[in-house]
Amino acid sequence: MYPENFRYTKEHEWVLVEGDTATVGITDHAQRELGDIVYVDLPKVGARLEQGASFGSVESVKAVSDVYSPVSGEVTGVNAALADTPEALNQDPHGAAWLVKLKLANPAEVEGLMSAADYVVYVGAEK
Amino acid sequence: MLRACGVSSPDELFAHLPEAVRLNRPLALDPGISEYEIVDYFRARAAENAHGYASFLGAGVYNHYRPVLVDAVVSRGEFLTSYTPYQAEISQGTLTAIFEFQTMICQLTGMDVANASMYDGSTAVPEAAMMAARSTGRSRVLVARGVHPEYREVLRTYARNQGMPVEEFGYVAQTGAIDLEDLERRMGSDAADAALAAAVIVQSPNFFGVVDQVKSAAEIAHRHGALLIMVFTEAVSLGILEPPADADIVAGELQSFAISPSYGGPFAGILATREKYMRQMPGRLVGQTNDARGNRAFCLTLSTREQHIRREKATSNICTNQALIALMATVFMTVYGKRGLRELAERNMAKARYLAAKMQPRFSGPFFNEFVARVEGRTPEDLNKVLLKKKIVGGLPLGRYYPELADCMLLCATEMSTRASMDEVRA
Amino acid sequence: MITKVRPHLSQNEALLFERSSPGKKAYQLPDLDVPAVDPAEALGAENVREAIEGFPEVSEVEAIRHFTRLSTWNYAIDHGMYPLGSCTMKYNPRINELVARIEGLAWAHPYQPEALSQGCMRVMASLESALAEITGMDAVTLQPAAGAHGELTGILLIRALLEKRGNPRRKILIPDSAHGTNPATAAIAGYAVENIKSSEAGVLDVGALEQLVTEDVAALMVTNPNTLGVFEHNIVEAAGILHRKGALLYMDGANMNALVGIARPGDFGVDVMHLNLHKTFSTPHGGGGPGAGPVAVKKALEPFLPVPRLRRSGKKLAWDYRRKHCIGRVRAFYGNFGVLVRALAYILAHGGEGLRNATVDAVLNAVYIRKQLEPHFDLPYASPNLHEVVFSDKRQAAHGVHTGDLAKRLIDYGFHPYTVSFPMIVHGALMIEPTETESKLELDQFIEAMISIAGEAASDPQLVRNAPYGTRTSRVDEVTAARKPVLRWKPE
Repeated sequence: MYPENFRYTKEHEWVLVEGDTATVGITDHAQRELGDIVYVDLPKVGARLEQGASFGSVESVKAVSDVYSPVSGEVTGVNAALADTPEALNQDPHGAAWLVKLKLANPAEVEGLMSAADYVVYVGAEK
Repeated sequence: MLRACGVSSPDELFAHLPEAVRLNRPLALDPGISEYEIVDYFRARAAENAHGYASFLGAGVYNHYRPVLVDAVVSRGEFLTSYTPYQAEISQGTLTAIFEFQTMICQLTGMDVANASMYDGSTAVPEAAMMAARSTGRSRVLVARGVHPEYREVLRTYARNQGMPVEEFGYVAQTGAIDLEDLERRMGSDAADAALAAAVIVQSPNFFGVVDQVKSAAEIAHRHGALLIMVFTEAVSLGILEPPADADIVAGELQSFAISPSYGGPFAGILATREKYMRQMPGRLVGQTNDARGNRAFCLTLSTREQHIRREKATSNICTNQALIALMATVFMTVYGKRGLRELAERNMAKARYLAAKMQPRFSGPFFNEFVARVEGRTPEDLNKVLLKKKIVGGLPLGRYYPELADCMLLCATEMSTRASMDEVRA
Repeated sequence: MITKVRPHLSQNEALLFERSSPGKKAYQLPDLDVPAVDPAEALGAENVREAIEGFPEVSEVEAIRHFTRLSTWNYAIDHGMYPLGSCTMKYNPRINELVARIEGLAWAHPYQPEALSQGCMRVMASLESALAEITGMDAVTLQPAAGAHGELTGILLIRALLEKRGNPRRKILIPDSAHGTNPATAAIAGYAVENIKSSEAGVLDVGALEQLVTEDVAALMVTNPNTLGVFEHNIVEAAGILHRKGALLYMDGANMNALVGIARPGDFGVDVMHLNLHKTFSTPHGGGGPGAGPVAVKKALEPFLPVPRLRRSGKKLAWDYRRKHCIGRVRAFYGNFGVLVRALAYILAHGGEGLRNATVDAVLNAVYIRKQLEPHFDLPYASPNLHEVVFSDKRQAAHGVHTGDLAKRLIDYGFHPYTVSFPMIVHGALMIEPTETESKLELDQFIEAMISIAGEAASDPQLVRNAPYGTRTSRVDEVTAARKPVLRWKPE
């Protein structure tokens, strides 16, 4: 369920690090909590994100959730498909429905994040 | 019932309130009166107001005929006493009517999307300004002096607390239209971020009744990366005037559409905009969808913009929409329809020109149904005193809002103004 | 598409634009008594529009049928009870409608000479004075157009006073049980919002308040009774804490229907508050508005009230524009006068004793509902309630049925749903306010319905989850409406 090569945050985001680039998304747990997703608000390419700071939001009909960046960096790619099909986030949150790609400012930040195993325990505990 | 509640007297229901807070005397209000006495009371108040006067006042509130169908529709209990349509299954009447309203406002203004109404025109303006600020990421706003003076006051009240500097630009003395050079100057160079304008706000027809230069103002605004907000106070003008194709946001007042002047309220404002600014709009929005059986249905939508979900990050704190008032306007627009609104507008123009021919128009710019007249040989206030004796309420003396126009008054003639009463008015 | 449904009134009615035909009309204008004008000549051809594309063209009978059919798809107070918490859906007296339409009042122009507007001004002065007496405050403004508008006005007044004292401060404290307009208003007024958690008993935690009130805090916004329907018994102490630190107490008056004639906010430490005339004072909701949100203040805030203010000048009333310290205007003209007329009519009809009786009945009704439903629904807070009561869906959730489902099933029993999922401090909330309008007969029917639905939730959860069944539309697809917004009709 939760890919081993991802790292996870307490706010239910995931990050996949490949060298000095990262891909960020929200977890399956997050999309299930939100319900049917209707809109995703994302930053523009070039925006600077800070670890722990909100960089956008995900909306269902009755709720809005901020998304917080797991790492700091500059946005190099934004998933444009989500503008037309936000429901992809419900279907494939760990794959096709990634949110942004970043050039990492500080690769060491990843070390503080949860592993897949830790995250599974965390969401089990949260229930 | 008291037994079921576990108390022996109604007062016990409040026994848990701290002694210190309880009111230990009756309210100092007169005893309740009967239905007839209530009618009597308000009839007496009405008698203390102007009665049987012809009026040439406009200035943001207009005397237009209210078709009989309007009250017939809004008096229905299903519309009058229903709640906000949060439960779509049992509110399709209200929701459908609002969807039709939103559509008609788009058709009238040429915009892509309109909301389910704002409190009034005056509060729609700061809401539009805040929308422009959110959309551009800038804060400064430029507003024409030709925008209704009270609307500008409201804008300032809101802007002050939003860190939104408001600057006014003037009008051309001869035409009464906006001074484009003044506007260009004030847009400022694009040097400092802080000086960049989020929006330029222009009213047309403006407070002087003059059809203003919306297209040219838009060109200047857009060249500097700002949005153009077009304001209107006389909705009937949209029956004949070219809609503001270059505006980004339209904020206006619908009182002319069968809403009683009622000493200033309740009215209904509109906010309409381009599709790309849709999610920045405040206020309620009704959208089309299907029910589980595939039938067309309507519901409130994009609610995540609103206060009950986004709370302090909402696009506005507004909760209400003026649903019943908007319904009056919807019925009005239906009764007059495609041809009628245009005919009504042409009537207004004819009447106003007849009146203007008897007076000394101060401005040369084209006007709809209002114009500024210079009064010679006496003050506008004195002219009005003379007219009052003939049971005519004259125009609005402008000195209070525009000291440079202290010898002028603003007059309005509508389809309800008679030739006979206009003949009585002489400058 | 089926063009005619069962013999029931709920016809399938197309939109106006779909029913239009070129040339149909519902109006008739009198002949011109002045020369006609050529628009292109008078305005300049570039200023004249094309025809309004798509605008309706229907006859008068088609118009009245259209709107009448639409109206039959609505539920309304005239049909039955709305148990919506904090909405106070009481009867909208028809006398209000009659008096608001009296010509001398309905056609009054706000700029007509003051000498010819004394009637309107007297109505407003009488209402100001009645509301001041009811709230125990010193001065009232009738300018704000709605509750949220009143809230904004109130916070701006606080800011103005604090600015005059040297420091407007930065933060406003808001309980986690508050209505969404509260934090939204604070933000529009330029304040940061800090949430204050309710105590275990669901009320203001004065210990927490003591900690949070610093010189940085401008005010606490409180609703009393709170959104659980519970009276904030610590309110006097809370006011003291705030005042000692130079902060103010704002009260959201949405729940005044529990207090009129019983307790006055001005007497328990409130500095400024707003009222909702469309709640407590019976003016009609009209499908979502108009309302009116007068603001009542203590003397210290009076100088800052919006301009103009009513002033007595001998036997006459006048509008006073010379107010140096005022916050400015919050809207054009004087207020939602038509709504004010209706509220005054309500107050005149009841009188002091009648208003108090209405409050007593409202509370009695809510407590009765609580006692009857307690055996069937989870009651999260044991404190005595006033005019409304909040249950949770905990017991029904065990069967997979949530508050939203129960609410939809209530529709099948002929009632409008209660307030769903609010306040947010109760998970799966059911918020019920009957108002004084409902008789025991109506209440018993409501209670019977709720008990029956609780039973269904246990024995046949699927039945409840797919409700409602008897309505014109079944559950609408709000997800698609939000994903692909279609906000206007367009021709094919």
